[in-house]
Amino acid sequence: MDVTDIARWQFGIITVYHFLFVPVTIGLSAIVAVFQTQWLRRGDPDYLRLTKFFGKLFLINFAIGVVTGIVQEFQFGMNWSAYSRFVGDIFGAPLAIEGLLAFFLESTFLGLWIFGWDRLPRKVHAATIWLVHIGTLFSSYFILAANSWMQHPVGYRYSQANGRAELTDFWAVMFNKVQLVTFPHVMAAAYMTGGAFVLGVAGFLHLRRRTSATDRTLYARAIRVGAAVTLVAGLAVAVSGDAQGKVMTEVQPMKMAAAEALYRTEQPAPFSLLTIGSLNGQREEWAIKVPDLLSFLATGTLDGRVRGIEQLRAQYQRSYGQDPGAAYYDAGGYVPLIPVTYWSFRLMIGLGLLAAAGSALLLWVTRRGRLPASPWWPRLAIGLPVATVLGSSCGWIFTEMGRQPWAVFGLMTTGQAVSPGVSTAEALTSVLALTLVYAVLGVVELGLMARYVRAGAAPYEEPPDPATTPTDEDAPMAFAY
Amino acid sequence: MELTTVWFALIALLWIGYFTLEGFDFGVGMLLPVLARDDTERRVMYNTVGPVWDGNEVWVLVAGGATFAAFPEWYATLFSGFYLPLLLILLALIVRGLAFEYRAKKDDAGWRARWDAALIAGSTVPALLWGVAFANIVRGVPIDRSHEYVGSLFTLLNPFGLLGGLTTLLLFATHGAMFVALKTDGEIRHRARRLAVRLGGATAVVAVVFLAAAQLITGTAVSALLFTVAAAALLAGLAAAVAGREGWAFTGTFVTIALAVAGLFVALFPDVMPSTLTPAWSLTTTNASATHYTLTVMTWVAAVFTPFVLGYQAWSYWVFRRRIAVNHIPGPTPAEPTPTPEPVAGPR
Repeated sequence: MDVTDIARWQFGIITVYHFLFVPVTIGLSAIVAVFQTQWLRRGDPDYLRLTKFFGKLFLINFAIGVVTGIVQEFQFGMNWSAYSRFVGDIFGAPLAIEGLLAFFLESTFLGLWIFGWDRLPRKVHAATIWLVHIGTLFSSYFILAANSWMQHPVGYRYSQANGRAELTDFWAVMFNKVQLVTFPHVMAAAYMTGGAFVLGVAGFLHLRRRTSATDRTLYARAIRVGAAVTLVAGLAVAVSGDAQGKVMTEVQPMKMAAAEALYRTEQPAPFSLLTIGSLNGQREEWAIKVPDLLSFLATGTLDGRVRGIEQLRAQYQRSYGQDPGAAYYDAGGYVPLIPVTYWSFRLMIGLGLLAAAGSALLLWVTRRGRLPASPWWPRLAIGLPVATVLGSSCGWIFTEMGRQPWAVFGLMTTGQAVSPGVSTAEALTSVLALTLVYAVLGVVELGLMARYVRAGAAPYEEPPDPATTPTDEDAPMAFAY
Repeated sequence: MELTTVWFALIALLWIGYFTLEGFDFGVGMLLPVLARDDTERRVMYNTVGPVWDGNEVWVLVAGGATFAAFPEWYATLFSGFYLPLLLILLALIVRGLAFEYRAKKDDAGWRARWDAALIAGSTVPALLWGVAFANIVRGVPIDRSHEYVGSLFTLLNPFGLLGGLTTLLLFATHGAMFVALKTDGEIRHRARRLAVRLGGATAVVAVVFLAAAQLITGTAVSALLFTVAAAALLAGLAAAVAGREGWAFTGTFVTIALAVAGLFVALFPDVMPSTLTPAWSLTTTNASATHYTLTVMTWVAAVFTPFVLGYQAWSYWVFRRRIAVNHIPGPTPAEPTPTPEPVAGPR
């Protein structure tokens, strides 16, 4: 393994790991904010119990998302210094703006939310969790704008003199057409994950024998909310994903062909549901195909022409030269790793559909206050968060692996992006240390999460209201570490 | 003024923000085993920084991001060059962040002791290594023609670098002790003040030697002035601590850190990372910078949004301004879930 391989593994491991927590943070912050707002508006104690309960789970999740996010910001310079030099003029700005607009907002207002129950007027306190959520949206927007630029560079020119890409139009980068479809897609997936998280946790507690009858009603309510969010967001994921597929076909046709393992151009093109075979275009033992569906996904018409890997490879060679320039890729040239793109694309769609269908079914089963005694439906609920989280991971694995061999599409390959001065030993130390620490923290996090889920929602307790009763300066803190 | 100079100054400000703010929460972490006598006192210490430590840490993320955007070459050379120290800093920041959030989540002595160890190590390591890194940036490191760092880990562990590390370690510890004295009440408050005075004496000696060395290596008249005022502020802070004026004492170390960092940046200017191989290969505010257009965009963003950030961060300090004493710490396990009446079959 050379430094490029190691750096890619590190990027993959720590980014996929980080993104296990990110969608939960985004989705759950919104749902907790809604619960708290509902409690303020209706005074229904159940909403406060849900706020506090899911708030605790949110914090356990948020902490690990934050600390793993620090590495993200620094590893561009550490492992990808050639990339940083080449694109810093464009790529650095969204990262800096993300820090200034999003990270300060999230961290400061989360501190106020956690510790502010007895120090802030109730409405102000509820506003702080909304600001945390808005912070997560800012954060997503800018980091996705940066990623979209790697998928489809716009608003720049290549400077021969400086040997780098330089920004010419900031707004073009902010409103990149890839960004305009990616942001809604990722946001919808995050809400879907947050909804499924609530659904799964509440499903577990509802199923559990020692949950009291009153609490069962509480969790049923959370199940309904979670299922509704998952379903609506799931539909948005599908619609935005469809739009994204069309933009992708236009700007990164190879990625679409790789998603399908479509070797030869077809018109109309079928969508391959499942395949047994080598996926190398030579041999296909068995496959289920839906006629015309790929044409529809890629072009919006049933008989659209979808270009295949072979044709695209020839076209890329004409545009960008015979070889992308890194020995690492000589096996595939301009072709990504097809088994990875093919299966991650299918798993992303399949898991997403499963979660959306599951949430629709749960809404139907629990319609008009019904709560059947049979345990199958809460069991289904428990599985859905796993499906949404893994679906999100697969989406990222697909979109990043599908961009290969490029780091920045058409401009710089991944092999050219790596730090020239970093030794194999350094890179290995880094990936091993981070992976080990992340693995330990993952076990710790899951253990804590399980512990707090099992504890269930605490009984209702009227929280202090600093607006009506002056805070007693000698009283214990409402919350303390 | 050139925009590159403006951004050099803004990045200096971000590091000043980072070291003055996270400096004291590093100090709180480092002094945990020294200042706290029992679990409740340890919790008092955690809670002095509880609502603000994460916001303090964001300063370094923004400093990193702003360096990436405004001086891509600087960002690339620094982070790929100082690889292993940065990796250690990252690992330290990861475990200390979780120590804050997870420690109180289980009423188990072993669990708490492990997170305490994570907080102590996670605060000490960056407090030391940031100093080593900054001393080396100012002193210069081997950088070749193509802006690549060509030294090793041991290049950075030179006497001046280690002196820089010792300086930040002691300075942050003193700053942390001043902060605990300012933010707590009861016995721990007095203990912290006494420790701050004792630590402060040693800190003053080491800091003066380090700043004098920095001044000799690359100083200018302005940096000499800043270093002198920084040293004077430290002595004034110590005098205030002796007199029991905790607010002024903390202001003293705050100003010391701010001016010392400012002085180092002034001494560095117009280089951002001097090369020890030949001055022609040094990274400067001009040859490491982003384009004028990018800097213009960034300037607008910074000008519009920074006031809000400073405003709400200051507000959060105001909201949590009260001193914390042992009687403010709620029951033994506030964050603990209600006990389960029956044995639970869990994953462990």
